Amino acid sequence: MTTLDYTRADFQSDQEVRWCPGCGDYTILASVQKHFAQMGIPKEKVAVISGIGCSSRFPYYVDTYGMHSIHGRAPAIASGLASSRPDLDVWVITGDGDALSIGGNHLIHALRRNMNLKILLFNNQIYGLTKGQYSPTSEVGKRTKSTPMGSIDYPFNPVSLALGAEASFVARTIDADPKHTAQVLAAASDHDGSAFIEIYQNCNVFNDKAFIKLTGKEERDDNRIYLEDGKPVVFGADDEFGVVLIGGHARIVEREKVGDGAIHVHDASEPDPSVAFALSRLNHGPYGPTPLGVLRKVDRPTYDKAINDQVAEAKEARGDGDLASLIASQGTWQVGG
Amino acid sequence: MTDQIELHDHDSAPEALDKVIIRFAGDSGDGMQLAGTRFTDSSALFGNDLATFPSYPAEIRAPQGTLFGVSSFQVQIADYDILTAGDQPDVLVAMNPAALKSNLEDLRPNGTVIINTDAFDERNLEKAGYDTSPLEDDTLNSYKVHKIPMEKLTKDAVDGTGVTGRAVLRSKNMLALGVMAWLFNRPPETTIEWIEEKFAKLPEVAAANVAAFKGGYNYGFSTEALRTTYTVRKAALEPGTYTNVSGNTATAWGLIAAAQLAGLDLFYGTYPITPASDILHELARHKHFGVKTFQAEDEIAGVGTAVGAAFGGSLSVTGTSGPGLALKSEAVSLAMMIELPLVVIDVQRGGPSTGLPTKPEQSDLLFAMFGRHGEAPLPVIAISSPSDAFETTIEACRIALKYMTPVILLSDNNVANGSEPWKLPDLGGLPDLKPDFITEPNGENGEFLPYKRDAETFARPWAIPGTPGLEHRVGGLEKNETTGNVSYVPSNHQAMTDVRAWKVANIAHDIPPLEVDDPDGADVLVLGWGSSYPPIKAAVNVLRKSGTKVAQAHLRYLNPFPGNLGEVLDRYDKVLVPELNTGQLRFLLRAEFLREIEGLNKVDATPFKVEEIASKIQELIA
Ligand code: SF4
Repeated sequence: MTTLDYTRADFQSDQEVRWCPGCGDYTILASVQKHFAQMGIPKEKVAVISGIGCSSRFPYYVDTYGMHSIHGRAPAIASGLASSRPDLDVWVITGDGDALSIGGNHLIHALRRNMNLKILLFNNQIYGLTKGQYSPTSEVGKRTKSTPMGSIDYPFNPVSLALGAEASFVARTIDADPKHTAQVLAAASDHDGSAFIEIYQNCNVFNDKAFIKLTGKEERDDNRIYLEDGKPVVFGADDEFGVVLIGGHARIVEREKVGDGAIHVHDASEPDPSVAFALSRLNHGPYGPTPLGVLRKVDRPTYDKAINDQVAEAKEARGDGDLASLIASQGTWQVGG
Repeated sequence: MTDQIELHDHDSAPEALDKVIIRFAGDSGDGMQLAGTRFTDSSALFGNDLATFPSYPAEIRAPQGTLFGVSSFQVQIADYDILTAGDQPDVLVAMNPAALKSNLEDLRPNGTVIINTDAFDERNLEKAGYDTSPLEDDTLNSYKVHKIPMEKLTKDAVDGTGVTGRAVLRSKNMLALGVMAWLFNRPPETTIEWIEEKFAKLPEVAAANVAAFKGGYNYGFSTEALRTTYTVRKAALEPGTYTNVSGNTATAWGLIAAAQLAGLDLFYGTYPITPASDILHELARHKHFGVKTFQAEDEIAGVGTAVGAAFGGSLSVTGTSGPGLALKSEAVSLAMMIELPLVVIDVQRGGPSTGLPTKPEQSDLLFAMFGRHGEAPLPVIAISSPSDAFETTIEACRIALKYMTPVILLSDNNVANGSEPWKLPDLGGLPDLKPDFITEPNGENGEFLPYKRDAETFARPWAIPGTPGLEHRVGGLEKNETTGNVSYVPSNHQAMTDVRAWKVANIAHDIPPLEVDDPDGADVLVLGWGSSYPPIKAAVNVLRKSGTKVAQAHLRYLNPFPGNLGEVLDRYDKVLVPELNTGQLRFLLRAEFLREIEGLNKVDATPFKVEEIASKIQELIA
């Protein structure tokens, strides 16, 4: 095999990118293209499958195999591709409406099966493509065209949802931090099985500054809780805050009050998902201190491998199928001749 | 120990019948489907022609003894070429009062009833709605009746096999089968072997069932009333090797065969639904053929995974019944738009909504034709009987692969669960379905044009992931007619809509012309599709025997129609279309050919009776 010295340009298609100027999708696209260039996988082995929504235009802009499919169904379509072609590297691009509303069922089942898919959920907490209705991650009370008196829907916490759906890899990052995005993408690529990444993405047209607590110069240091394996969970401009686990709950504390020995040390490989779940409950939306990074990364057999293993096992045990014996397998009788 | 029970031989020659129709009926827990299937298989191995019609309640465990808990299995066996399971049973096996009550009116006058008298207690009589016992009043006066205490006989027979308690009576279906094997001279050895194999892991259960079967057989020997026995001689079928096959099984085999012919792995994405699930079950047993079955989270994911696998280069199939077809509609439209091969099997049942899940109907034809948004014509083809399922399924795959299109393959409850002898095909004569995966750029400037079409088929090239240099994107948005890039240009949408329609219409050139069976130059044509074939053909045969002139033709291809269909219709004064719906093919024919078409339509949860079709034909001729 030739060495794969790709650059980002190798993954840029000839199609003009058509998101609104200033949209967070641009940064994410660049991050993913750069990541693809570094993955060490031939580009013809990469497939990007999306659903419907602003983010789902993504495959058109990436020069790999791709499909812009139908609303909510990308995880199902990608599951068929990954199961039938375990040699491929399959990525799903979806949004909060696509993955959590119309496609919620497919998302949870892809995660439960541990299908070898990298699922990037661009969460902008709004329906952009249909021009600004509230989404399943919008906050209660949100006023939009469809909720003039404020939304009465209680939102999902996508990371909690993924953990509840038995996901083996769950992470969160933010468009405004490409360096962090790059690390999370690398960790996802390194994971065998489904990898769920929530990416906070600013929709500057319909929901601008939704993530200001995490992106504003003033606030961001106090609100980004970067999770790093093997390290105590601390944050703040001077790392003055930390996270402790008490009775199964995660709590934010001032470090000096509890002492460093009490601070929780992050371990994404912890088999019991309840610790990751507790961390995921530190926020319910980007309105205060928010965990970013890989919450969970555990090994579990993958569906795409298992389905192909069964075929191989059956061939091993019974030999390649023989059509003539198959159609005679229920007993035959002879007439004339 | 059951080996020690000797089977008695018949001591007088049986009376030969040319055909007999037998219906096994009992509570859904009584094992009538199994007894009926086994009787059928032993008759098939014996060399009869046959056709079956199973009927069972939608509930898995309907309340015992009730009318709606009755399950039945009808089989016609004959020494000549028959097509249907028959209109009126000659023999009814009734395992309880409810089974008698709900089936007796179908029995022919002077027919035979074989009754399990032990089930006729007060409670069961009441549940079945009998005020007085039909065994004692004159309900059965006009029938030949054999009253057999099957439960007592089963208990006696099973004694000592190790099976005790309530489990003993589970073998009463084998006792009934034994009686029938005696009465109709079915070779008992094959059934005993079959029981032993079926329960190989449960030797006591096997012993109990063999004992019950032998008990029933020997009861026939020792009972004066059962001394006259019958046989149906081997049928003079076309020479060849035959097997008895159900439509769902043959459909599954057709898919496996098509995948082999195409040199592709088979991917079957589906969600369990009656009456299609047996296709999934059958395929799941044959993974060594490179078959991957994916039981998805819902119908949409069933077709979604199949679309994904088609993009990856598998022979992709999804299977369902009416409600599922509705759910799949959007994804089928996507597959149509991105022009990937996909076979969508709809095993029709009574609808709409949940409808009659276990009953036959041909009422999804218009949905198959038009049940998509936008201008989305697709090829639609239909299976006409269990023995047609293998070939028609391969044909659906052929069209899908050659034309890069979803194909809707219609089956129904009659085809799916009915069975009949099928002459095994010459496998060497099956078509080559190998697709031409494109591996090199096809553009003049070395670029890949995913929508540049084949001049003859209008199919776009199939470039699968993993092929270097052909990276491309497909999607539901309208595409430029060669580059496949998103295009909102109005004239391009017109051109693409037109070409998608042409592609499907053009398939008419690649299918055989409609054959008409018209030996006498008739004025009336009976035109059918799908599972009304067997009763239509049988009705035509009956009428011709009595000198009536009638022509008959059957459509496998519903879209596009065979190219000569218009001309065929023009040759007849009257055209009759019998179908189990309110007139869907008739609607299509009227719309397409602007002519009058007669319909024979019903949706009463049963297949057409030969008699119903024959009298309608006579009415038209008169
Ligand atoms: S509407 Fe919002 S999410 Fe969509 S492209 Fe514009 S800025 Fe981005």
